[in-house]
Amino acid sequence: MPDWDQQPPEEREVYGSAWVTEADGVDGRRTAEVVDEVIEEQTKPLGLWADTWRRLKRNHLALVGLGIIIVFISVGTVETVFYQMHWHVRASAQAEAADAPGYLAPYDPNETNYDLSPSGLGSPPSWSHPFGTDYLGRDVFSRTLVATRVAMLVGIIAVAIALTLGLLLGPVSGYYGGAVDSVIMRAADIFFAFPYILFVLLIMSVLGQGFQNVFIAIGVLGWATFARVVRGQILSVKSMEFVEAARAQGAGDLRIIFRHVLPNSMAPVYVAVAMAIGGAIATEAALSYLGIGIQPPNSSWGLMISDSVDYLAAGNWWWLLFPSLALVTTVFGFISFGNGLRDATDPKLKE
Amino acid sequence: MSLLEVRDLKKHFPIRTGVFKRTTGHVYAVDGVSFNVEKGETMGLVGESGGGKSTVGRTVLRLTEATGGEVTFEGIDVMKASRSDMNTLRKDMQIVFQDPYASLNPRMRIRDIVGEALKIHGIGTEAERKKRVADLLETVGLNSEHAERYPHEFSGGQRQRIGIARALSLNPKLIVLDEPVSALDVSIRAQVLNLLEDLQDEFGLTYLFVSHDLSVVKHISDRVAVMYLGKIVEISDSAVLYTMPQHPYTEALLSAVPIPDPHTERARRRIVLEGDVPSPANPPSGCVFHPRCPRAQEICTTAMPRLTVMGDAGERHEVACYFPARFGDGKRVVSDKPYTDALPEPKA
Repeated sequence: MPDWDQQPPEEREVYGSAWVTEADGVDGRRTAEVVDEVIEEQTKPLGLWADTWRRLKRNHLALVGLGIIIVFISVGTVETVFYQMHWHVRASAQAEAADAPGYLAPYDPNETNYDLSPSGLGSPPSWSHPFGTDYLGRDVFSRTLVATRVAMLVGIIAVAIALTLGLLLGPVSGYYGGAVDSVIMRAADIFFAFPYILFVLLIMSVLGQGFQNVFIAIGVLGWATFARVVRGQILSVKSMEFVEAARAQGAGDLRIIFRHVLPNSMAPVYVAVAMAIGGAIATEAALSYLGIGIQPPNSSWGLMISDSVDYLAAGNWWWLLFPSLALVTTVFGFISFGNGLRDATDPKLKE
Repeated sequence: MSLLEVRDLKKHFPIRTGVFKRTTGHVYAVDGVSFNVEKGETMGLVGESGGGKSTVGRTVLRLTEATGGEVTFEGIDVMKASRSDMNTLRKDMQIVFQDPYASLNPRMRIRDIVGEALKIHGIGTEAERKKRVADLLETVGLNSEHAERYPHEFSGGQRQRIGIARALSLNPKLIVLDEPVSALDVSIRAQVLNLLEDLQDEFGLTYLFVSHDLSVVKHISDRVAVMYLGKIVEISDSAVLYTMPQHPYTEALLSAVPIPDPHTERARRRIVLEGDVPSPANPPSGCVFHPRCPRAQEICTTAMPRLTVMGDAGERHEVACYFPARFGDGKRVVSDKPYTDALPEPKA
């Protein structure tokens, strides 16, 4: 009997060569050969990332989320890079040309009196001001775009801080266990037990108001989520046989953690990151709404929403609608992408 | 001197309960196991699941720390070896795991999996290691081009070959085979077993073969130890054990192995043990087997019999039983009178 497991494909007699003649073949090659090639082609090495992407592609909601994320991050990046330069140039050029073409924001977000309505409460959306103007006559569209930069910075930097802390404490907790684990996890419990927004308020009042302090407050509070996710993964991965195999080979703790345990524990962390960015953006909006986040005259979605609420009774719906829409869309984008990523990386849901 | 000597090995896992993790009891996974493995031979370790076979394998390699006892490898005390001594020992003692799916890191290429030990121990240059990995893959019957692939691209049998290549990478003297074929299809099993035998001849390897499958153990082992509830109840040369089992548990195990001949199969007497294996957290007093033993008498409840040479098959057949089967003049006799030599020595 042929030994399927041991013989390389070209020596196999799988197809029964007796009835496969040259005439049956393709381009003068035997059918078996061609079939083998096709099989080889279709079972090409597929990395774990490629596999995840293949499954993510089928989830339309997640793709929409990914699209939203890409659009908003691009807008935020362009604004960050050109923000300073753009308005500097604009200021000097303003004397000559009234409306020189800008990068993304068509008007200076802080420039007032663009188009005040007769009642002095800003004008509704028009061709020159697609999102309308606010009570100071500032262009809402420009302010929403500039606030994208703030939102993206908060989301990414705050989550980066939280992730760093979580990735330092989580593995230590999960891998070594014992007393260290108890201390770290009880600390995490305390962080979870506190009402989140109250805790941020507390930190903000200690640190004082300011741009960076928003990042720090949200970031420092987020570590517990990541530490928990990483710890749970590590607990399950570290008892797997390949970790024991590595130990039998003589691998030390560091090698086992970094080469074996962590790479196999990261998938849920990526999911948590996507979710947390959405959460951090929403928290920043909430803080700014309460007046302790981003300070005027800087622009932030939360701040714009807060400003508009007072004038809502006068029928100025556009101040509220556009920043809210931007906020909701961004958070939705991150969360639906995170959800899709979880489904795509969860081995239990593999078809 | 034997290559591997195990003396009175014990591994008790504490059972912790409650908020304060108080130890409320122990699981006696391995409880006083002694055996020797000679260079170049294959020692089989059989028994039901939960009998502590795998734990013996792992404690010998110090993958779990033993509670007590001694393991001596080439005269070096493994249990007391320092970190650097342990590193040297790791090169000589390797392990192949049961589950070929769980024992290979899914995020590493085969090249890195097989070559990891070489890297850890700083053997050879990058190019030399690459060559060595290719050679190892060929040795275990894989293609050297497979080195660039990931584990999920292989079948169970191929994965087990990769696990074997990894174990071979440091040229070990002893390999613990922890149920190496139990997770494989029957059709692949024979191939992997033959590979293991070929490798043993080629490299002069010594195996400690842990399995619950008696026919596999019979095929590959020179000597066999039968374990029950953390203790060895019978140990003998393979051929003798399978033809002249003395311990009632061994007899029961052997009678459960199907015989591929319907006439013999129908005619033979099958010993069906009553009840389940007792919990190793609360082992029976006296002989651990007595609650399920068809021959048990009062003496069996007093103390665990020690492994004793019965003499029927020379010095190498030992059994821990007060009522062992004896084989004289081709006849099997079970005496009614307890064999008191098996009583443990009174504690001083």
